[in-house]
Amino acid sequence: MDAGSATHHLAQLNVGRPVAPLDDPVMADFMAGLEPLNALADGTPGFVWRLTGDGEPDATGLRPFGPDIMVNMSVWTTVEALRGYVYRTAHLDSVRRRHEWFTHDGLDPYLVLWWIPAGTIPTLADAWERLDLLRRNGPGPDAFTLRQPYPAPV
Amino acid sequence: MTAPDDLQPGLEVLGVLADPVRRAAYRVVVAGDGAPVGREEVAAALGVGRTLAAFHLDKLVDAGLLDVSFARRSGRSGPGAGRPAKLYRRAVTEHAVSVPPRAYRFAAGLLAEAVERAGADAVLYDVAREHGRSAGAHGDLVEALEAQGYEPVREGDRIRLRNCPFHRLAEDFPPVVCGMNLALLQGLLEGTGWRAAIEPAGDDCCVVISKTNDG
Repeated sequence: MDAGSATHHLAQLNVGRPVAPLDDPVMADFMAGLEPLNALADGTPGFVWRLTGDGEPDATGLRPFGPDIMVNMSVWTTVEALRGYVYRTAHLDSVRRRHEWFTHDGLDPYLVLWWIPAGTIPTLADAWERLDLLRRNGPGPDAFTLRQPYPAPV
Repeated sequence: MTAPDDLQPGLEVLGVLADPVRRAAYRVVVAGDGAPVGREEVAAALGVGRTLAAFHLDKLVDAGLLDVSFARRSGRSGPGAGRPAKLYRRAVTEHAVSVPPRAYRFAAGLLAEAVERAGADAVLYDVAREHGRSAGAHGDLVEALEAQGYEPVREGDRIRLRNCPFHRLAEDFPPVVCGMNLALLQGLLEGTGWRAAIEPAGDDCCVVISKTNDG
């Protein structure tokens, strides 16, 4: 855990509908990647926190936004730290293959970023509102994307 | 996009490469495994004096084509090792001049965003694999990769690619463009006993090539 000294941290939510039950062979590579990729994230400089189910190692059991919508929520010190993990590690291969495992019909955009006061943890309700904000207004200071990031409040 | 009024900055930078000795110096720095290079190495490779090599290298730095760092060379440290040597490496900034004005990168960005929004990655990968297959790595694999701009470095049973030919586009659309690049290389490598996999590291291309077990 690297809390850093900044006043704000970056929160991240992404959602998706799995194309098959998690124990289906189609999902096998995704499920096999969970533990090593989560371990990689936990050890990445700039990683602060990620959502997990009660007593669970990850968030695959959570369905807060609907019975078929899986979630992934995490906190990082900077956009660069998150970007480095998502696109410049073995995680990139999972992003490349995301359509083999998830559909985003009716969920687009399915990833949103926003700034939170350092030391706090984002709520799922707020996360869902941020995704809706991005959907309605496009990227802005309160809800944005990796391609079009906004600086932390000062 | 290069509109006529925008020609000057690009031409000023690239014009610095018009001098043949300077261009040769640039090539020496860019070649090899990507490690920074000192003026002695450039002077030796070109058969010119160190002062002349340094003159050309510094012109390339002023133009923004090379970056400078300082380090003690290997094997020499501690008292008596002398001052750190001035080392040169290629700058990451891209320069392009197009006459007449063309905006292919802008178009590529629009197309990549459309593929992403349509979720049509798999179609793009199929197209890329087919093109890679037609290009084929006949004969020397490293030469075939060089011809595509990858700057391959052979390291035992692996080939590292120092350059991503799609760099800026890949930064804007990583999964789509890196996936396209992977499929292109998979097509190129078919039947060669080598395989391509996504393995991002440092500033290299995100694809690494390695020997197949059955190759």
